[in-house]
Formats: sequence, C-alpha cells, structure tokens
Amino acid sequence: MSGMEERERRIVGFLCNWCSYGGADTAGVARLQQPTDLRILRVPCSGRVNPLLVVKAFLEGADGVLVSGCHPGDCHYVEGNYYARRRLELLKRFLPFMGIEPGRFEYTWVSSSEGQRWQKVATEFVEEIHRLGPFAGWEDEG
Amino acid sequence: MIDKLKEAVREHLEELELVIGYGEGYDPLHATPIFVRRPEEVDRLLWNPLCVYNLATYLYGLKGKKVGVVVKGCDSRSVLQLLNEGLISREEVFLFGLPCSGVLDLRKLAERVDVGRVEEVSWQEGKILVRTREKEETIPLEEVLQDRCLSCPYPTPLIYDVLLGDPLPPKGENEALLRQVKELEELTPPERLRYWKEELERCIRCYACRNACPLCVCQDWCAAEARDPHWISMRDGVKEKWMWQVLHALHLAGRCTGCGECERACPMGIPLLRIRMKINAELRELFDYEAGVKEGERPPLLTYQVSEPKIEEPKW
Repeated sequence: MSGMEERERRIVGFLCNWCSYGGADTAGVARLQQPTDLRILRVPCSGRVNPLLVVKAFLEGADGVLVSGCHPGDCHYVEGNYYARRRLELLKRFLPFMGIEPGRFEYTWVSSSEGQRWQKVATEFVEEIHRLGPFAGWEDEG
Repeated sequence: MIDKLKEAVREHLEELELVIGYGEGYDPLHATPIFVRRPEEVDRLLWNPLCVYNLATYLYGLKGKKVGVVVKGCDSRSVLQLLNEGLISREEVFLFGLPCSGVLDLRKLAERVDVGRVEEVSWQEGKILVRTREKEETIPLEEVLQDRCLSCPYPTPLIYDVLLGDPLPPKGENEALLRQVKELEELTPPERLRYWKEELERCIRCYACRNACPLCVCQDWCAAEARDPHWISMRDGVKEKWMWQVLHALHLAGRCTGCGECERACPMGIPLLRIRMKINAELRELFDYEAGVKEGERPPLLTYQVSEPKIEEPKW
C-alpha cells in the first residue's frame, strides 16, 4: 500500500456527506485497505466546497487536495455538484498557472455504494501525491 | 471628439445628477477623473490617451443617483457586466461612449523620458510629443500604449446612449496579453511558483488592485479582510500575498472584463492582468464565454449545464 514505506504526506479530502463519505465508509466496512495519509473532511455537498478552501489547504501545507462528490445527476440537493463541476474544473486549470503542479488537486465522483471505486480513487490519488513529493510551497520563506 | 463630448454633456447635464469624465491632472502627463455638476464645469473635460481610468468603477457606489459617465470600449464592458449582474440599473446610468484607439502606459513612457520633469505634452497623429526641461521627444504611440490596447478587441463601446465619434475596428483578439500568458505557461510549475513568489513578494497588500476594480463591489465586506472565515491572516509573508491575489482572481472569475485597472493601479508593478487573462482564457474555452460583451448573459459560474461538452470526465 502506498504511503506505508515512506513518510506520510498531508493530503486533504473533501467528501460529500451523501455519497463519497458513505463510499469511503462502504470501503471500510468491506475491509478494503485504504491509504492512511488522506485526511477526510465531511462536507454537506461538493457544491459546498468553496475553491478557496482548496487554496487555503495548500496554503496551510497540504501536499494534495481531493474533492469527491455525487455523480452528476445524483446530487442530494439536485444541482449542487453541477455548480461544483464548473468551479472545480476552472480551479484545476488555474492552480498550475499559479505554481501548484497539475495532479496535486483533483476532483471526482464516487457514490456511497462504490466502496471499491473509492479504494481505487484514494489509492491512486495518494500514489500520485507521493510521486510528486512534498509541495515545496513556501518552505524557503524565512 | 472632445467638442462633441462637451456638447453632449451640456445637452444632457440637466437630466443627470453628475457626469463623470476626465479632466486635467496634477501634471501634463496625468488626466484625472472629474465630476461635472454645473454647465460651466463642462469645459474642464478632456479626452486623450492619458484618460486611462475606468470610470465604471464609480457606478456601484453612486447607485440611486442618475449618473452620466464617459466610457471607452473596455469601460463599457464593465458597465455591461455590472448591469448583467444586476448591480446597477440601466435607468440610472447615461453612457457617453468614446471610441478609443488606446491609452498610455506611464511605466513604458518612464523608460523613455524623465516623467518627473515633463512640462508639456501634445499630440500628433499617432504620436506623443513630450517636452521636458532638457529636451523634446516624439514617440510613436504604439510604443507606449498599454499592452492590452495593442490588440484591443473592443475599441468601440458595446453599450452607450450617445456615441461620440466613428466606430473603430478591433485591433485584434488580445494577442498581446495572451502571449504573456503563454510565456508563463511554458515554464514548469515550480518555475512558475518561483516567478509568482518573486513578483508577489513586492505586494504591499494596499488593495489598490481591488479598489480600482470596477467589479469589486463588496467594499467593506471584502473576504480578504473578513475575520470569519479568516481566509488571509495579517502576517506579512509571500503566501498571504499569493492567497490574496488568488482570492481576487477567483472572485472575479466569469466577471472580469480584462480592463487592466488592477495592474495599472498596482504601485509595485505586479503583472496582475496575466492572472485574470489566464482565467478568462479558460472560461472562454470551457464555456465560450466572455464577460461584459452580451447583454443579459449570466456569468458561467452562476449557472450550469446538465452535460458539459467541454469538461472531461474525471480520470477515475
């Protein structure tokens, strides 16, 4: 499993209460092994995720940020993830321009029954962050 | 054009509480916004490439009054965007539209002449004549115009009540600015972070970029100064400065018309317009959207489509 051999990374996951959070739970109940360096924050909807929350996470030392919500069309609040999709896509294209490597921020959709899918998403995302290494960020600042 | 402008202002002044235009500034190289209330003040109005300011910035603060405002092509887009967002109402503004062939970048001019010693400025077809105490210099305007003016897509106002001059054809599609974005995109992300750190290190967080921005209407409720949520601390580090610029850019996503007032107002010469142009270019590609060019259009982040043709499915 990734993250076991080397130092853990600080990785933040914003997960929708109605799907991805349940999906991670399903994965846990099914005893599917998950990386330990993804710290999950439960949010009411992916539409709740203000892009600034992601930016702030990087500012405070996160090496990677993942947002996961309901599949488009399945939002508990009908349209929250449709708005989220537009915002997060723009953010994903914008962050590299400001100096955060592509891959450090990702967003995806996982439903609460998709335990296996969650395992795959979490594992691969964490692997990618390990490949990128720690985010140098503002380290050289006095 | 200036005579037509004065005539039009005189004609409509009675029905307006005030007219915002450009007047003479503190030295020959500066124009300044002026507020015309009485007929005898109309003659103070000025029109030349020194009229850099985007006067649409005043409109939101003057809500409730019937205000006349002089707009260039770029400024008219800000007005249109304010209207589209319902921040001002059409009945309360009267637009004196001026086709514009570009405004001056004083930083560029400062490389050519000692701008502190300028005694007289005059204009010839496509040229600026600057006389300082020591010498006289004639410079082609193209060499000292703002970058955004070099390939301006909208020299003629897109919305106006009276147009004072013949419409001008577009000079391009913002190629000059997009080239700057492209140059940055050719760097690797760590190089780009270094670039922004270097540039933003100079930021003094004076918020001139915010105050000059016609779309920054939150004023005392700006998220940058809010304590709850406390997005940015008062700490004086480059990461706070970086955060502020990202916050500003994201709050303008889908609203910014690229008028460049942020960059012009910046006392530290930080290339802020590049950040805006990057977002604008992405929005154009994703949603085929440009802010402030079509009446009644909704900013793309305030709406959605059930299927987004340009957004790829996530890789997992």
